[in-house]
Amino acid sequence: MTDAFGRQAALIERLWWPTLWVLTAIYIAVMIALAYAMLRRRHVDEVKSEVRTARWVGAAIAGTVVILFAYFISDLFTARAIAGIERKDGVTIEVTGLQWWWRVEYSDSVPERRLTTANEIHIPVGRPVRIITSSADVIHSFWIRELHGKRDLIPGDKSEFWLRADSAGVFRGQCAEFCGLEHAKMALVVVAEPEAQFQAWYDRQLSAARVPPVAVTRADSLIRSGHDVFVTKACVMCHTIRGTTAGSSIGPDLTHLASRRMIAAGTRTNTRGNLAGWVVDPQGIKPGALMPPNNLTPAELEALISFLESLK
Amino acid sequence: MTSPELTHPVPPTRLDDEEVANLEEVWTDRPGLYGFLATVDHKRIATRYIVSAFFFFALAGVGALMMRTQLALPENRLLGPDFYRQVFTVHGTTMMFIFAVPVMQAVGLYLVPLMIGTRNVAFPRLNALGFWVYLIGSLLLWVSFFMNTGPDAGWFSYVPLAGPEYGPGKRSDVWAQTITFTEISAIISAIEIIVTVFKQRAPGMTLNRVPLFVWAMVVTSFMVLFAMPTVATASAMLALDRLVGTHFFNVAEGGDPLLWQHLFWFFGHPEVYIIFIPATGLISSMLPALTRREVFGYPLILMALVGTAFMSFGLWVHHMFAAGIPMLGGSFFTAASVMIAIPTGVQIFCWIATIWTGRPRLTVAMHYLLGFFFIFVIGGMTGVMIASVPLDWQLHDSFFIVAHFHYVLIGGAVFPLLGAVHHWFPKVTGRMMSEKLGRIAFWFTFAGMNITFFPMHFLGIYGMPRRVYTYLDGLGWNGLNLTATIGSYILAVGVLLFVFNAVRSRLAGAPASADPWGADTLEWATSSPPPSYAFANIPIVHGRSPMWTREPGEGAVTGLDSKESLDEQQRMTLITSVIDARPDGRHKDPNPTILPMLAGLAIGGALIACLFTPWGLPIGSVLVLIPLLLWGYPHKPAAEAEVE
Repeated sequence: MTDAFGRQAALIERLWWPTLWVLTAIYIAVMIALAYAMLRRRHVDEVKSEVRTARWVGAAIAGTVVILFAYFISDLFTARAIAGIERKDGVTIEVTGLQWWWRVEYSDSVPERRLTTANEIHIPVGRPVRIITSSADVIHSFWIRELHGKRDLIPGDKSEFWLRADSAGVFRGQCAEFCGLEHAKMALVVVAEPEAQFQAWYDRQLSAARVPPVAVTRADSLIRSGHDVFVTKACVMCHTIRGTTAGSSIGPDLTHLASRRMIAAGTRTNTRGNLAGWVVDPQGIKPGALMPPNNLTPAELEALISFLESLK
Repeated sequence: MTSPELTHPVPPTRLDDEEVANLEEVWTDRPGLYGFLATVDHKRIATRYIVSAFFFFALAGVGALMMRTQLALPENRLLGPDFYRQVFTVHGTTMMFIFAVPVMQAVGLYLVPLMIGTRNVAFPRLNALGFWVYLIGSLLLWVSFFMNTGPDAGWFSYVPLAGPEYGPGKRSDVWAQTITFTEISAIISAIEIIVTVFKQRAPGMTLNRVPLFVWAMVVTSFMVLFAMPTVATASAMLALDRLVGTHFFNVAEGGDPLLWQHLFWFFGHPEVYIIFIPATGLISSMLPALTRREVFGYPLILMALVGTAFMSFGLWVHHMFAAGIPMLGGSFFTAASVMIAIPTGVQIFCWIATIWTGRPRLTVAMHYLLGFFFIFVIGGMTGVMIASVPLDWQLHDSFFIVAHFHYVLIGGAVFPLLGAVHHWFPKVTGRMMSEKLGRIAFWFTFAGMNITFFPMHFLGIYGMPRRVYTYLDGLGWNGLNLTATIGSYILAVGVLLFVFNAVRSRLAGAPASADPWGADTLEWATSSPPPSYAFANIPIVHGRSPMWTREPGEGAVTGLDSKESLDEQQRMTLITSVIDARPDGRHKDPNPTILPMLAGLAIGGALIACLFTPWGLPIGSVLVLIPLLLWGYPHKPAAEAEVE
């Protein structure tokens, strides 16, 4: 409503401000009429003209009808302008809501260029983006207010809508339909960036994780043993890291976890400390989240976090 | 229009003292516990309905305070997510189903018979049953909540979250069954009011002389009859999905979660007007006394009421704009949602015209009416905003909506209701409420309400979604949330002062005369509090403001309580024709009995048993049948006689 960075949000904002001011003016007028009605001086032998009163009431009703009709027409034009976006050369992203995170899949005509990630969406500035909505469990709602209004993610009911970012920015979105325990902590990040940067990000995301084949440095050996922790402990049961044997899709894809700004679906910033805290005790941060606590020795934890932090 | 100076506190009694004493004996309940439980007097039943509704209102209000306390600070750990989701579900369910709708119907059940000049509602025993069913249903919800089995999927119980897969346990079953209870009692009250108004009006009260509150209750009752069956169907389908394993809403088996939303909101939107229309009736019926003139534009207001009722069934999809509906459909429902602002505007303009051309006086009730305008019109404006599909896409399911509907419901229903309590308290209890304390309570309530809910508009615009148990620091929401929390405590102080005032005035208020406000409707024609038989002589009505057009020594109905009927210990009400209210005959009003309570307990037991075992249905049906058979067991035929 107030900080539009995209075409759709800008159109909505263009309807919002006149609506707000006109309705505020009407409100003030009604309150003034009421205050005058209460406070006006009354003559003892005042002759009340019902007919004149009726004229005033009639005029007020007529004014209401005219204003509401004008509002309805501007609403229609806004809705059509929002839908009438240029759709050539669009990016198609399927967003699936899950309790309590977002699966993000970029589609491409070339199968190798299809990409799965989670909780962070990058889009190119100026290009239309088609969002295909779906849900794997209950109803969620996708809302990036700087770009567009909400769209519910309904199980069994795939639908699509379009948006376009017109200037670069990093936006926080949050699930807007009550979806259970951790509805409050189901957020995501959307990064709108220039085409070149977007392409570079996309290409990087396509690459698989690289675990150092031989441990030359201490860092490499930490990463290697962190990888071993990942694929031998509970982590591997739910997560995918392309380039390793971890290939489950119950939880978010972590192939480029370290490139993301936030962890736990927009709940914590992606720092080493937060990551370690999340791995050890997710229930302390998001009670009810489907990720179990992990009993790791300090050495295992340090290795695991080093590994995760290497997933740039 | 006649000035109210011509009022007569109590109409001349035509019956002699002995006859009145007889009436008293015939109509008054037995003293003691049995009399208390067996009463079929609409006044006693409505009073306990109202008191119960306010009790649950207070409980749900405590829930609201808990939520606001949790949200005062970011990442507060006072309430966990599991408790929080139960609190907001029970808060919403209570406010909508257990407070707002029943309390309005209860005020109707108290005032309507008195306003139309009859002695009781049409089916007094059914009326008693309605209350017991309501009470058991409300207790079911709250006892479950105290046992950590409170519903947790929101008052709207969207599937699949409320379905068997994502809502295991009994929590959503409790919700569905609570809805069943409240549906039964709401439909009973609706039938009571429709039949009473159409068949029992005092002679001369033709349809175009019926007080606007009574009209509002009739319109509301018809809405209840059409809206409640939808949610009954929906909640039964949900219960079947959960308890029997049907697949109405199961996507995997071809069910559809959107079906739930359509059914729920087809009821859910009229529901808002089921709450609001009685409140507008209260306003229209208080204003004459408060401005010392008839309400301006009676026919306009009446058309607005009926228009609102019809339109309210045609705009449910505006709750689902974000679900991705086709553009043409969206435009249709936007048009309908915008259009419904017109009849509401008509009423507001008529009331302002009434105040403008009248001589208003600033009683506490008038304070609440002015508060109504100030608050409700803001809610109306935000309602127009979210009628637009694009604006709703941004505002939907954000705190803006929380602000919007609390402005609509607190402004549009609670404020008129609190005003009405001040206004009719002397009639119900025979004592005046303290005006001084009333003003203090009003200002706390008014300030608290605005400080709580106004900041929520901004929270919504800045992106805070609804139904979150916490929020992260650094999103710019902290200050607004803390303000709202402080406001909620001020609001709570206001409500506490109001309750204190009511209790203290009930015990030790100044005695009230029959007509302390110089009002225009018939309930002020009888003493305060009204006797068990309401009117010794049924009055005859000559205009829209019967108390103001009354001539000294004018006629009243005679022959209703003939010697023979009194000897037989019979209670008589007058039956009149639907349109012109010509006397049609008299009707024997049933005697008090404990059977409605027993039937209520049986229904309650059966419905609660159904939560745990399918055997609840057959066994419960038999249990329900027993009191109903006794209830319907033929007695000796009632005396039939013509009214002179």
